[in-house]
Amino acid sequence: MIYYTIKRLGLALLVALTVSFISFGLLYLSSDPAIAMAGETASDADIEAIRKLYGFDRPILVQYFDWLQRAMGGDLGKSYYFRTDVSSLIGERLPTTMTLGVCAITFAIVLSVPLGVAAAIRPNSLVDRVALFLSVMGQALPSFWFALMLIVFLSVNLRLLPTSGSDTWLHFVMPTVVLGYYAAPAIMRLTRTGMLEVLSTDYIRTARAKGLRPWVVLFKHALRNAIIPVVSLAAVQFGFMLGGSIVVETIFALHGAGFLAWESITRNDLPTVQGLILVFSLFYIVLTFFADLLNAWLDPRIRIN
Amino acid sequence: MGNRVLSVRNLSVDIPLADGVLHAVDDVNLHVDRGETLCIVGESGCGKSLTSLALMDLLPKKAIRTIGRLDLNEASILDYSERQMSDVRGNRMGMIFQEPMTSLNPAFTIGNQMVETLRRHRDISKSDARDLAKQMLEKVGITAAEQRLTQYPHQLSGGLRQRVMIAMTLLCEPELIIADEPTTALDVTIQAQILLLLRELQHEYDMGLILITHDLGVVARIATRVAVMYAGQIVEQGTVEQIFENPMHPYTRGLMRCIPVPGKTRPGEPLGSIPGMVPSLIGSFTGCRFADRCDLVKEACRKSDVALRDVAGKTQAYRCVIDPQAMTKVA
Ligand SMILES: Nc1ncnc2c1ncn2[C@@H]1O[C@H](COP(=O)(O)OP(=O)(O)OP(=O)(O)O)[C@@H](O)[C@H]1O
Ligand SMILES: [Mg+2]
Repeated sequence: MIYYTIKRLGLALLVALTVSFISFGLLYLSSDPAIAMAGETASDADIEAIRKLYGFDRPILVQYFDWLQRAMGGDLGKSYYFRTDVSSLIGERLPTTMTLGVCAITFAIVLSVPLGVAAAIRPNSLVDRVALFLSVMGQALPSFWFALMLIVFLSVNLRLLPTSGSDTWLHFVMPTVVLGYYAAPAIMRLTRTGMLEVLSTDYIRTARAKGLRPWVVLFKHALRNAIIPVVSLAAVQFGFMLGGSIVVETIFALHGAGFLAWESITRNDLPTVQGLILVFSLFYIVLTFFADLLNAWLDPRIRIN
Repeated sequence: MGNRVLSVRNLSVDIPLADGVLHAVDDVNLHVDRGETLCIVGESGCGKSLTSLALMDLLPKKAIRTIGRLDLNEASILDYSERQMSDVRGNRMGMIFQEPMTSLNPAFTIGNQMVETLRRHRDISKSDARDLAKQMLEKVGITAAEQRLTQYPHQLSGGLRQRVMIAMTLLCEPELIIADEPTTALDVTIQAQILLLLRELQHEYDMGLILITHDLGVVARIATRVAVMYAGQIVEQGTVEQIFENPMHPYTRGLMRCIPVPGKTRPGEPLGSIPGMVPSLIGSFTGCRFADRCDLVKEACRKSDVALRDVAGKTQAYRCVIDPQAMTKVA
């Protein structure tokens, strides 16, 4: 396990380094930072001065390591638009996105894993059909439409939930449902196929031949093995939710990091975009690392060889 | 008395398929006594595994079991509920499967899987169960048993895993063990060891053993009685001596010709084999199921179903209409 952890950690660091380089290169390649900083009306001499002042005339690798050093110290530069530190800007927005992401992935798992298990226990039963229906709906419904429907029914007609903002936990209910429901179908189908596959294995037959109670066979022997790929999928989904919650954050006016990303892209605010990409990617890397560890813990064949 | 561990009457297994009902097992009668080994032999697909799963009530969901009587230790367990049957499984009837590589759960240690079996059927503490599990591993010839308990299946070889399966099955000291081709997936040298082990343990615990195999060499060494299956039916049964010395059914005789005899069969000489194919068992079938492959086939063979008939004055029975006199001449 220790060897495995070290190996995964090394891999994660390598990926992080690559990502940071790409993220740096994005800014460097996409435009001349000196021009962007000086503004449209600056003279050539001014631009040249800024280039010298900020060291944009040095070799790219030198600039990269310089940037990396500052980034590791938490300095991601200044936003072109807000004129404030990118790191504090992201720091302000991240908690909202994190809260939404955690709620949404929890909602997705709580909805889809039991449904997937129930569907696998009785294929073609009513439960299975309901699960299939929900999953097709989840895939077919565009998030924005589903969100609008929820707003119409729950907020406008029934006046149960607030439509926008992020002040109370009630504000998070609809965004959680929309974002979570989007991720649920894939998790449900993977749980279902995984369970179906595991339930037909020899070791499940052995478990039954030992006289074990049906729920022990199902939840100890079968689910433990079927859930392993689901863990990796859920981690990936969670990562997507953080970066890809733009639609949901926009509709519900949740001013999170996804919303910030969208704003910054439209404003050509490259330092902020760069910072967000870096933060999202690092988070993704940390997430996969923990998913790998969880998998190894669940599956001794990964842990011990 | 009190000797008869298992007795089953009129067992049939039907599987509904897209193109009709597969009559996979047809009217099987079997019994096993304490300390006795019943070998079920027959070629692939003749219904051996389904028969054994039917005894444990572990058939696949779509298979339909009909059964006249099922007695365990001379008491009927036929109308046991699923819950009562699960008390019997692993406790009074144990089963060992063909595939040791996949029959243990990869996610749990050997110790975990053995302890859970014991604690399912016995009211004992975890540490007592662990001690018993360890003793049982030692009994089946596994060294460093303490350490094995903490290992996972994938850390053990096939032979070891099958020993673990045997140990696990023996934990609750069942009255009957059903072993479905327990050595087919193993190396030849390991096969012999496992069979020897099974035989020793069976004597020690005075259990009934049903051993399914298609290796007649194994049958000769270990069986007390033999049931020969063909296309879902028992076509002949009797003591191992009767079956080997005086096989009556043309199919049994064909099987016997398939065994290489040391000294008699010259190297390179083709073994006897039975030409032809097993008939499809989907839909209804009339007459002897072996007729298409039989050298002695007559018109009468296909007219009506053939009942088992006893060999005069013996415990042997076979399913054939042909006059034994006529048969002997040909064989
Ligand atoms: N789940 C199933 N669905 C459909 N047909 C099945 C199923 N299980 C078994 N059968 C069929 O029933 C027949 C008997 O199968 P069974 O597994 O009992 O054979 P067997 O004698 O154990 O063969 P082998 O020596 O290959 O293990 C075969 O024709 C097989 O194809
Ligand atoms: Mg079989």
